[in-house]
Amino acid sequence: MRTSDTDVSPTRPSKKQHRAAMIAEAASGGLRAILVKIALLGIVDAIAVYGLLILFLHQQWLVFALVAAVTAVVNWIYFTPGKLPAKYLTPGVIFLVVFQIFVVGYTAYIGFTNYSTGHNSDKAQAISALMSSAQERVPDSPAYAVTVLDQFGTLSLLVTDPNGKVSIGSADTPLTPVSNAEIQGGEAVGLGGYTTLSFQDILARTTEITALTVPFSDDPNDGALRTNDGSNAYIYLSSLVYDEQADTMTDARSGTVYSDTGDGAFVAASGEEMLPGWRINVGFDNFARAFTEEGIRTPLIGVTLWTITFAALSVATTFFLGLFLAIVFNDMRMKGRKFYRVAMILPYAFPAFLSALVWAGMLSESFGFVNQVLLGGAQIPWLTNEWLAKISILVVNLWLGFPYMFLVCTGALQSIPAELEEAATVDGARPWAVFRLIKLPLLLVSVAPLLIASFAFNFNNFNLIYMLTGGGPRDASADVNVGATDILISMVYKVAFTGQARDYGLASAFSIIIFVLVAVISVIAFRKTKALEELNR
Amino acid sequence: MTVNTKNLLRAGALVCVATLALAGCSPSSSDDTSGDTAPANTLTVWVDAERLPALQPATAAYTEKTGVKVDLVSKDNATLKDDFIQQVPTGKGPDITMGAHDWLGELVTNGVVSPIELGDAANDFLDVAITASTYNGQVYELPYAVENLAMLRNADLVPEAATSFDDMIARGTAAGVTYPFLVEQGVDGNPYHLYPFETSFGAPVFGTDASGGYDATQLEIGNAGGEAFASWLGSQGKNGTGVFNTEITGDVAKTAFTSGDAAFWLTGPWNVSAALDAGINLAVDPIPAPSTNAAAPFAGVKGFFISEQSKNKVAANDFLVNYMATEDVQTALFESGKVLPALKASAEAASSDPVVAGFAAVGAEAVPMPAIPAMGQVWQFWGIAQAAIINGEDPTATWQKLAADVQGAIG
Repeated sequence: MRTSDTDVSPTRPSKKQHRAAMIAEAASGGLRAILVKIALLGIVDAIAVYGLLILFLHQQWLVFALVAAVTAVVNWIYFTPGKLPAKYLTPGVIFLVVFQIFVVGYTAYIGFTNYSTGHNSDKAQAISALMSSAQERVPDSPAYAVTVLDQFGTLSLLVTDPNGKVSIGSADTPLTPVSNAEIQGGEAVGLGGYTTLSFQDILARTTEITALTVPFSDDPNDGALRTNDGSNAYIYLSSLVYDEQADTMTDARSGTVYSDTGDGAFVAASGEEMLPGWRINVGFDNFARAFTEEGIRTPLIGVTLWTITFAALSVATTFFLGLFLAIVFNDMRMKGRKFYRVAMILPYAFPAFLSALVWAGMLSESFGFVNQVLLGGAQIPWLTNEWLAKISILVVNLWLGFPYMFLVCTGALQSIPAELEEAATVDGARPWAVFRLIKLPLLLVSVAPLLIASFAFNFNNFNLIYMLTGGGPRDASADVNVGATDILISMVYKVAFTGQARDYGLASAFSIIIFVLVAVISVIAFRKTKALEELNR
Repeated sequence: MTVNTKNLLRAGALVCVATLALAGCSPSSSDDTSGDTAPANTLTVWVDAERLPALQPATAAYTEKTGVKVDLVSKDNATLKDDFIQQVPTGKGPDITMGAHDWLGELVTNGVVSPIELGDAANDFLDVAITASTYNGQVYELPYAVENLAMLRNADLVPEAATSFDDMIARGTAAGVTYPFLVEQGVDGNPYHLYPFETSFGAPVFGTDASGGYDATQLEIGNAGGEAFASWLGSQGKNGTGVFNTEITGDVAKTAFTSGDAAFWLTGPWNVSAALDAGINLAVDPIPAPSTNAAAPFAGVKGFFISEQSKNKVAANDFLVNYMATEDVQTALFESGKVLPALKASAEAASSDPVVAGFAAVGAEAVPMPAIPAMGQVWQFWGIAQAAIINGEDPTATWQKLAADVQGAIG
């Protein structure tokens, strides 16, 4: 834009400019404004200090440093004079970082890991889970009543076997019979020289007690006694042996050795994986899978084409219907415009997923309102025929989406100066020419970015697809779980979350691919609309 | 500079949000519900929102007895499992969660649950409950209720139970209502509700291994019995008698039965109260078999799991094994949920209710729904194939394709 008209020499202000400066001065300065500013920043800082205190107590140093830095920067920006752009931009930038960049960054990070069912936590947790599941009770072994005893900080189990025989043992000493135990109701409850732990003491030392294994005899193959509740113990043998030095798991029965091969799980030489494994970084594996795995690659092209078609047609149909209605209702000769306008906006006022569900019911083949009432009992498979389902989706989306376009176009039309139309009419232009050559281009200047945003929204319009058809109808003869109306995002959902297998890594990788796709299309579209902006010059 | 005031407001709001959000990100902020910062004698238990009222008095009694505080957290059943799997590794999960036995494969594969040793108490539970709670030879779930399908009958329309599937259709038709028999389906089918008929033809999904657990390597679904079931299903579908219809969704079936337009309804205990509230004279019968074997539905076993990362395992085990497994508590849970208790003694007491007794009789035949991860691969092809057969596709070819697809997906 040219700026010469505002570039007036400050030495000779006009009267008007002088007055404007006075108003600006009065508005900006003043004790009241400063007080309000201090009060507001005070609230912000108070909350920040509270947050910092909590973070300090929980020793979350990274987050602590971030919050401290952000608070300092915010104070600095608003307390130093000038820095007007920063004062405007800071809130938006912080929101952008917290709600957009962090989310995208985290999704991208997950996309490079194997986070999925069976790779859910870190290695230490996987090992502890494997070892705890490997504790197998020796078949046909009896239950032992136990009392937990303490002697100089070392825990022992005082064991009464089903025959009433009493013995004692600790982690280092196998069970040895004792004769002088204090017996209550057939069960040994105390022993001289030891302190009996109460239930409260047991709870306080949970970690020690769950880790306590008392060898049954000198032979480790006889197993060891463990108690889970502090009152009953059973003899367990571990079916797995973990070798910390070699970092291997050995199956105690078959002798198969599973080692950490860097795949996020213990793997046997035969390739058999032991789950649970743990999360690791897998580089571009997930992205490679998106293009090589049979179940994904085969439907990918068809689904991508339908996604683009669906998004483009949704934008086109809603825009033209919205525009048409906007023009009609913008005409001064139209009576009851206000009433119609409110009625038009109603579909926009319902939550979209609810409308989609209602439509799904209305379009049902045998029981739906459309077939039963409107079409007098016809059996039209609106949602179960491949092509009709696609059309139904577009029609429902048109119903859902046109009020938005109607609102936007109404606003844009009203901002076009009436003089332009008058001038064109005086010059002898027909109404259609006025619309095509003057109104539409001017309208597109302001509406084109919204159309691009609407395209991006519909590209990922999961709610509508999921609620209306669930991606169906599915072709029973196809090998993969993808239906005729599935768009990319609903396909990702099915691929990554079908049945019991959750694959967050793959889903994140797909989200990133979709993000890139939408971004590229949007950038190209924005480039094109640059040409429209020339009109304003 | 009035603009700045506005900006300040915005900045204030955002810093609050940012601070709180960041503080919320930390694994152990002050408002968390985990066991790691709570005192050692507090147990955090996630429960299905609907079961919360039933558990409250029971847990209060436990606190009184042992001094262990039980913090019940109401969760949405739809997101409970995923939340549990995601939060246990972070240390923010609960000590105990309520759940269903068919989650076991996923929970164990993710290493988030700890085995529970029931000891001799295992014999006090219904066999199906213990079998269902066992995974790879270890018990991971303390069962409290067993759910299965049964045939609901409108006793005003049909006074006596049907002896076979054809007999049922005949009686239903004779009653002169719109739907002699209803079963929930949908565009993608509903194999859970058709499974009793499939087992009647001798086609379970998986065979069992030596220990009685399901074995993913023995896929049984495509056997001769499966094909026989498929052709029977085709003959009862769109091009046949029309008994089965994929347009009948759960809601359609419920509306029809509760308004007296249907004689028989194959459904579970979760729909009983709707039928009773509508004033239907309800009888619960065994599922009439269309073929030689009994029609055995899937059993779903509800129960409690202990988190592998719990810092309170002793209290958790004591709470479940020595308290929740007792007759009084199981009976109390039954009183509020009216679902068959998993404990034999409570189940017998509960069977004085004719509806519960009806479901229990069917439950004696029921088989646990497979919890192995391979089952996930079965669901995605199973329903769609059944729906196609009902809608007139060639039964044998569709069924063979189903078996091949499942086999391919399991690998």
